Formats: sequence, structure tokens, C-alpha cells
Amino acid sequence: MVEFWEGYALPTIMIVAQIMVIVGPLLIAVAYLTLAERKVIGAMQLRKGPNVVGPFGALQPFADAVKLMMKETILPSGSNKIIFIMAPMLTFILSLVAWAVIPFGEGLVVSDINVGILYLFAISSLGVYGVIMAGWASNSKYPFIGALRSAAQMVSYEVSMGLVIITVLLCVGSLNLSDIVMAQKGDYGLLNWYAFPLLPMFVIFFISILAETNRSPFDLPEGESEIVAGFMVEYSSMSFALFFLGEYANMILMSAMAAILFLGGWLPPLDIAPLNWIPGPVWFSLKIAMVLFCFLWVRATFPRFRYDQLMRLGWKVFLPFSLLWVFLTAGVLVTFDLLPVAQ
Amino acid sequence: MIIQALVFYLFAAVAIASAVMVISSKNPVHSVLFLILCFFNAAGLFVLMGAEFLAMILVVVYVGAVAVLFLFVVMMLDINIERARQGFKQYLLIGGSIGLVLFLELVVILSSSFTAPDAVATAAVPIPDMDTVHNTRALGQVLYTKYAYLFQACGLILLVAMVGAIVLTLRQRDGVRKQVISDQINRSREESVEIKKVSSGSGI
Repeated sequence: MVEFWEGYALPTIMIVAQIMVIVGPLLIAVAYLTLAERKVIGAMQLRKGPNVVGPFGALQPFADAVKLMMKETILPSGSNKIIFIMAPMLTFILSLVAWAVIPFGEGLVVSDINVGILYLFAISSLGVYGVIMAGWASNSKYPFIGALRSAAQMVSYEVSMGLVIITVLLCVGSLNLSDIVMAQKGDYGLLNWYAFPLLPMFVIFFISILAETNRSPFDLPEGESEIVAGFMVEYSSMSFALFFLGEYANMILMSAMAAILFLGGWLPPLDIAPLNWIPGPVWFSLKIAMVLFCFLWVRATFPRFRYDQLMRLGWKVFLPFSLLWVFLTAGVLVTFDLLPVAQ
Repeated sequence: MIIQALVFYLFAAVAIASAVMVISSKNPVHSVLFLILCFFNAAGLFVLMGAEFLAMILVVVYVGAVAVLFLFVVMMLDINIERARQGFKQYLLIGGSIGLVLFLELVVILSSSFTAPDAVATAAVPIPDMDTVHNTRALGQVLYTKYAYLFQACGLILLVAMVGAIVLTLRQRDGVRKQVISDQINRSREESVEIKKVSSGSGI
């Protein structure tokens, strides 16, 4: 009995507690990201944004959540019911499970697995299924077009994202996310972060995560001016809310991935007195917030890409360039004998 | 240990059940979705064996890319289930015999530990012990040293397949207007706009 308690029950309780500690703040962050988006875009368009519900509109996300919960859930009679209901659940679950491997600080991680970056890449590449299943199960024209667009788009941009990750891994020599962050620790503070030596790859990665999360200017699967709301046309109430939450949680996840790969994770920008007093998770959150601001900034600034231009950018510009950069990085590392040593 | 065994039987049972559903479900899209579930459970079995790199690569390559394109194609095709089932008895003999041959081959390979114990010892690849090195590194050490030429050959075969697919589908069509980005960027103000003074009440 003692063995069972110490071997299985106690670890399970601990893991559930850790999951709660991550998912709770994450959902609040998602709620306030929607508010931040409206506020930031409002400011960029010289408007005020939501400012009525609560002080400075701070309760607006909760008002929206209550509104969505009160609405009627509609199941189209021509739809494939099981897949129709599964699709938003899948999107939402996938955006949460990836957080299991994200390190928030030194040793602050639920599961410190060897292949952390591959796990993140695998989970993010599954996101397309929520969209495709929703589009097909709705049994309606616009959602189907949205699903087809999404399938082609996500496969295209995953290729260059994979090559960007390979470049970073060449410099690190490990697939573990904590190792990737620690490899960016050095004498020059933030100049050691991979965003600077691998700047072109950081730019490609940022644009690819915009496409991967279906955000503007690559939001063709939704494209409200052409195909109404794309794959979400037939969804209402909580099933719509799950898509919405999943999209924003994915944005935060991808920003966290960018922060880990290129912005030094939880490391302070300079390892000097007042800066390294601030705990690691705070730096990590600040870096995520910075990338998220760029997401919103891009949305307020750029018009949507045309579909053929999107494909051209992915296959004819990003793919050759990132492939070239992989060769260049590998060549430089081998020539100057900078390859990371085997642990 | 008993929990690990239970998890193994869970993954194995779901993998087999979903594999059966792949060939028996009426809707081809459902078949592909069950195939994805089957891949997932296979990845789970890899993780249980301590081969987490293979598990993740299985999910990234097969579920994240191959099955997406598969689903894409199946969704676009308008498959008539009733017509597809008509020739069932006609093809039963040839399909069954192919299945039987494959089954016998598997039996021969899997029973080799009983029939030819020496063969198993020679087939084992000398990789370092699992405790001393991550399986990602172990795989790389074998793949890029001992099998480097075969690995390159695989790459060439895939390249040929890719070029072949492009050659087969590329058609030169007349009257297609293509966007040339460099031309658009190189346009100057003089050749694009003309400023005219228009006095009110008269057109140009």
C-alpha cells in the first residue's frame, strides 16, 4: 500500500497540481490576450477599444465568455455530429497539452523530456486537424474551402519551421528545451541569444508561426471578407468559444516557443545585479508578451495575403532560404570547430 | 510495473481496434481518422519501449504531414461506397492470397528466434547501451556512419520521386497570367502614373 502511494498515487497528485498551476494562469492569460488585442488595435487605429465593462474594460473578456455560454448550441442537421463536436475539443486540447514540456525557469517544467522540441513540433503540426475536421464535418461550402486552404497552408509552413528548428538544434546539440535555453547563456548577455547570430531564421520563424496559428496576414482559413468565417461558419456558443480559446492559447504557445528558441527563455538580458534578481518565469513571461505584441501589431498593420502569394512565399522564398541557412550554419560550425560537444 | 503493462495493453488494444475500423468503416474520411488514431497508439508503444525519438518522428511525419495530405485527397474525392463494395467477392481470392503471403512472411521472420537463434545475434545492430546514450544520438551514430551511403541513396530515391511527380503534373498552358514580383517592384513612378491638370467642367 505504501509502495502504491509513493510510487503512483503521490506522483499523480503532484502532476495534477502542476497542471492546474499552469492551465489556470494560461486561461486567464488567454482571456486578457483577447482584451489586449482589442486595446492595442484600438490604439493603433486611434480608437479607445473596449472601455465600458469594469475599469478600463478589464472585465470585458468575462462578459464575452458569459455571453458565449448563454448562446444556443447549434448542430447543423446535415453535419457529421461526432466529428463536428470533436473538432473544437481537439483544437483546445492540443493547445493545452503542449505546455507540459515548456520550461518556465531552471527546473520549472512538468515533464523534462529528451525530445521536448520534437514534441512541441509534433503537437503544433496536429493543430491542422481541428480545422480540417471542422470544415469537413460541417457539410457546408465555406467551411470546406476554409479547411482545404488551412491544410495546404499549414503543411507548407511547417517545412520551413522544421528547418529553422534544425538550425537552432545544430548550435545546441540537444533536443531538450532546458538545454536549448542554457546553451544561450554566455558572457555577452542578450547577444548570446540565437535571435542575434541567427537573425534571418528568427524572422522566418516569426512569419511561419503567424501562418501556423492562422493569424493575420495569413488568416485565409477564416478570411471573413471572402469565405465568411471559414471553418467556423457553422459553429456557435461554446463550440465556437473552444476554437477561439484554442487559437489564442496557440498564439501564446508559439510565442513561448519563439522565446525559448531565440530569446533565451527565462534568462535575464544581462547577468548583472538588478536584472538577475527578477525570477526567471517573469523574464519568460515578458518575452512571450513581447512576441505576442508583435502578433497584434502585424494584425493591425498588414492586409491579408492572396492565396497564391502565400504559397509562393512558403515554397519559393522561405524553403530555399532556410535550407541555405541550414547548410551555412552547419558549414560554419564545422569549419571553425564550434560544434557542441557530446554530453 | 503493472501499470506499464496495463498502459501497453491499452495502446495495443486501441491500435488493433482502430486498424480494424480503418478497413471496415463505411466512410473513407472516418477510415483516415482511425488510421491517425492507430498511428498515435503506435507512437505510444514506441514511448513505452524508450524510443521517444521514433515516436515523435512518427507523429510529425505520418500524422502531421502524410495523413493531412491523405485526408485532403479523400475529402476531395467523391467516393461512392455502394459501388466500391460491388466487386468484393470478385477480388476476395486475389486479395486474400496476398494477405496470406504477407502473413506467412511475418510468421517466418517473427519465429526466427526459435528456428534460427544464430540469425538474431548477427542481425542486432551494435549501438551503445540505452543507459549511456540518448536514443536520438544512438540512432544518429548508426545512421550517419555505418549506413551513410544507404541514407543518401534513400534521399536520392525520394528526390527522383519528387521530380517525377512534378514532371507528370506540370502542364504548360496558354493564357495564364503570372505575377512577376520583380517587375512589380521595379516599376517607376514615370511609367505608372501620369499627372494631368483637369479644369472643372471638362473631361480629359
